[in-house]
Order: sequence, then structure tokens, then C-alpha cells
Amino acid sequence: MRVLVIGGGMGGTIFANLLARRIQQEMKTGKAQITMLSASHDHVYQPGWLYVAMGRATPDELVREQESLLESGIEFHVDPVEEFHLADNHVKCKSGKVHEYDIIVISTGSRPVPENIPGLKENSINCYTAENAVEFFKQLSDFKGGRIAVTVGLPHKCPMIPLELTFAMHDFIKDRGLLDKTEFYYTYPIGRVHSLENVAKWAAPEFDRMGIKYETLFNMKEVDGKNAEVLSEEGAAVKYDLLVAVPPHKGQEVIEKNGLGENGWIPTNRASLHMEGEHGQNVIILGDTTNLPISKAGSTAHFEAETAAENVAATIKIGRPVRSYDGKVFCFIEAGKDRATYAMFDYQNPPQPKAPNGAVHAFKMAYNKLYWASARGLL
Amino acid sequence: MSERVVDARGSFCPGPLMELISTMKVMSVGDTLELLSTDAGSAADVPEWIKKVGHEMLDTEQDSEGTWHIRVRKAK
Ligand SMILES: Cc1cc2nc3c(=O)[nH]c(=O)nc-3n(C[C@H](O)[C@H](O)[C@H](O)COP(=O)(O)OP(=O)(O)OC[C@H]3O[C@@H](n4cnc5c(N)ncnc54)[C@H](O)[C@@H]3O)c2cc1C
Repeated sequence: MRVLVIGGGMGGTIFANLLARRIQQEMKTGKAQITMLSASHDHVYQPGWLYVAMGRATPDELVREQESLLESGIEFHVDPVEEFHLADNHVKCKSGKVHEYDIIVISTGSRPVPENIPGLKENSINCYTAENAVEFFKQLSDFKGGRIAVTVGLPHKCPMIPLELTFAMHDFIKDRGLLDKTEFYYTYPIGRVHSLENVAKWAAPEFDRMGIKYETLFNMKEVDGKNAEVLSEEGAAVKYDLLVAVPPHKGQEVIEKNGLGENGWIPTNRASLHMEGEHGQNVIILGDTTNLPISKAGSTAHFEAETAAENVAATIKIGRPVRSYDGKVFCFIEAGKDRATYAMFDYQNPPQPKAPNGAVHAFKMAYNKLYWASARGLL
Repeated sequence: MSERVVDARGSFCPGPLMELISTMKVMSVGDTLELLSTDAGSAADVPEWIKKVGHEMLDTEQDSEGTWHIRVRKAK
């Protein structure tokens, strides 16, 4: 059985390592093999960019060599896939090389597209790439006072970022003694300050306590850089001195080009994680690139990868998958520089976040290091 | 004119309304969308947003299993 993994990020790496550990024997005897194709030699811990934006980490601390994270026996190539021929069970890479498979797992992630909103890219800062996170820190540390507006595009990865960035910037500005010269203005697409109702119920009073103003039902339409204002689909206008964006996202271009899913989101069965449609029975989709109505988060990719690895191992050993994905997501929520809480939920159960505290923040800081064990499939 | 279905049942985050807003962005004027939601809040917050932006509500009903079917049209 040849298992081909596309993408060496969170979902692909955790899946490949968990599977390799489950089918050691089959790999030794040549009954099964795992090949991974990625677009980069690097594995990046993207959640760390939040800390880069606050000057509490530098981008190099967040990168490991992808090959060093993989279980022995997994064949790894940096050779991005350009063509998916799902009807014929093969892909073609940039180098021209063709890889055949019996099962393919696609976890190619998502990418910010600030350019999709007129004026956004040129007039705002964000922490969605390493370079942008460094630029974020530079502009935030040069900020001398005025209005910091936060604006949120849809869809986006990491649903907690709008809140986390706002709380983190509040503490950053406070530490610099600029709080009385600064006004925070948070906007959000729906009628409360976060998509999760219970998180919104906790966050809105926190905003009130900190003096952070907010406007809901605000979906940016364009940014007028000349007049320094963001205009919304709903007809509102918000002025800014520094504009912080959570840009809208898309899946990878290669997904769209190959007709696998509009905007790069692949139609995925919410329980089996198979691609929907004619050739989906041996195609598994993980992480950000699914079209599932759940958070685009590393923890989602992780829990999906666990389910998929168990199922593929079982398929190899006993001929059929053993379980369904239940929609589980776990997100830490940094509530400033030294406090945090978390939200855990699935398709059936909403989260019940607790009041933030120092212990959860300490755990998140530890997890930022432990992540490398998680990527190896050890945690 | 195309007709789409967005299955947001069991979605707490991003949730039905954010799924609807994301999808409406890529639709053409005149296209319709049916949102499936198990969140009772959708029956109120979807019409609120649709009205505020100036799109069109077509109908809303709850089936025997408790799922809301909310149909809207992109008007601009
Ligand atoms: C600022 C920030 C903060 C975040 N914070 C959190 C957090 O606190 N908690 C949380 O759970 N999540 C967080 N996330 C989200 C998390 O990082 C992503 O959801 C997660 O990385 C998704 O995993 P993935 O496998 O889908 O994609 P990725 O990890 O992005 O991996 C995609 C992989 O596909 C490869 N690839 C791309 N194109 C091709 C191709 N054509 N052929 C082969 N390979 C290809 C890439 O090289 C990459 O290796 C955060 C993200 C950001 C940006």
C-alpha cells in the first residue's frame, strides 16, 4: 500500500509520523510505504508569529528542518505538486516527477490574501507571515499614540487571533506608558465580538474593563488609505492611525487550478475526512484546506490527522477504517501578555471557557516548545 | 444563476453566519444560497445581517430534525 502525503505542515507531518509508528512492521517488510511531498525544507510553527509581532520571539526560533521531524522510513521530497490526477491515482510535481499512490492525503494549508480587499495590503499590518510579523512589531513599537483599529476578513485561519492580538497589543501599549494616548477600536464580522458565543460572552466584558471599543457586524469592503479609514459592506466607516488586519484567506492556488475546490477549499466529508465526489474514496483531506465549517487551526489539523492515521493504519491491517472525526478543536486564547484561557469544542458540544489565568498562559508557552514533539506524533 | 448549499450544522466556530458571509463573497449577484444550521441563533442573526447589507431573504424553515434551512439571494 503506497500512502502519499501532500504538505509537510502540521496536518501532513502529524499524520505521517503517527501512521509510520502504527505500521512499522508493514513498512519494514515493504507491504506499506509513506512518501511526503512538500513545498519547503522548513517546517514553521506559525502560531509563534503572534509573539514575533509583540517582540517576544524571532522568526528563526520557530523553524525546524522538515526532514528532521519525520520518522525514519518516511521518504521526503521537496517538490511541490502541480497536477493532481485523482482518477488515475497519481500526482505530477514541479520537477516533472510523477508519484503514484493507493491512498493520498492532502494537507496543503491556507494563505492570507489581503490583496482581495482593495487597499488592505498597502495600508495595514498583520502577523500572517514571518516578514509581516516583524513589520508588525516595527510599526507597533514606533506607534506613539492614536487609534489602533482591528479589522477581520473572512475566512481566516486561527479564529482566536483577532482577540489575542487585541489583548496583546493592549498590554504592549500599556507597558510602554501609552495607554492614555491610545484608543483601541475592534471590529468583527458578526453580531458579537467572537464567533464562539461563550467566548464572546467572556471577551466583551474584558474589552469593557480595558476600555477597548468595539463595533460588530463589520465586514471590510475596502480601505481608503488617503483618508485613513476602513469602509464596511454594512455601510460603516472606521478611522485609524494604525490598521491591524486579520486578512481573508484562501487555500493554495494549486488546489483551485486543479479544480479540487473553489478558493482552494476541498469539499470534505465531515466524519470520514474523505474528499467528496467521484474519486474521493482514497483521498483524505486534512487541516486548513478542507471546506469543513470548523476552525482553521493547528489543533483541528492535529485531531483530524490522529483520526486519519488510525483509519489508514486500520485499512492497511484489517481492510477498513475504524473511526470518525468528531469535529474536535482545542484553542488556547492568550488574554494578554501573562494570562490565557482555552476553548475546546466539537460538532456536538460548544466550549465553556473559564476565566483566564497565569497557569494556562504558562502552559501555552510550554506548548510552544512542546509543539516539536507534537509534530513528531509523540504528544 | 447558481444555487448553493452551505452545510454549517454543528459549526460553533466559525459558525453559520460567518460561513454564509464567506460564501456570499464568492457568489455572483442573483445567486442563491441555502444555509443549513443547527444553531437557533441563525434564524435571527442571518436575517439581521442580510438586511443590513441589502441582500434578500427568501425563506426560513426548521425541519423535523431541528435543522434550520435559511435561503438568501445575493442582491448586490
Ligand atoms: C499567526 C498565527 C497564529 C496561529 N495560532 C494558532 C494557535 O494558537 N492554535 C492553533 O491550533 N492554530 C494556530 N494557527 C493555525 C495553524 O498554524 C494552521 O491552522 C495549521 O498550520 C494548518 O495546518 P495544515 O497542515 O493545514 O497547513 P500548514 O501547516 O500551513 O502546512 C501546509 C504545508 O503544505 C505545503 N505545500 C503547499 N503547497 C504545496 C504543494 N503544491 N505541494 C506540496 N506541498 C505543498 C507547505 O509547504 C506546508 O508544508 C495560527 C496560524 C497563524 C498564522
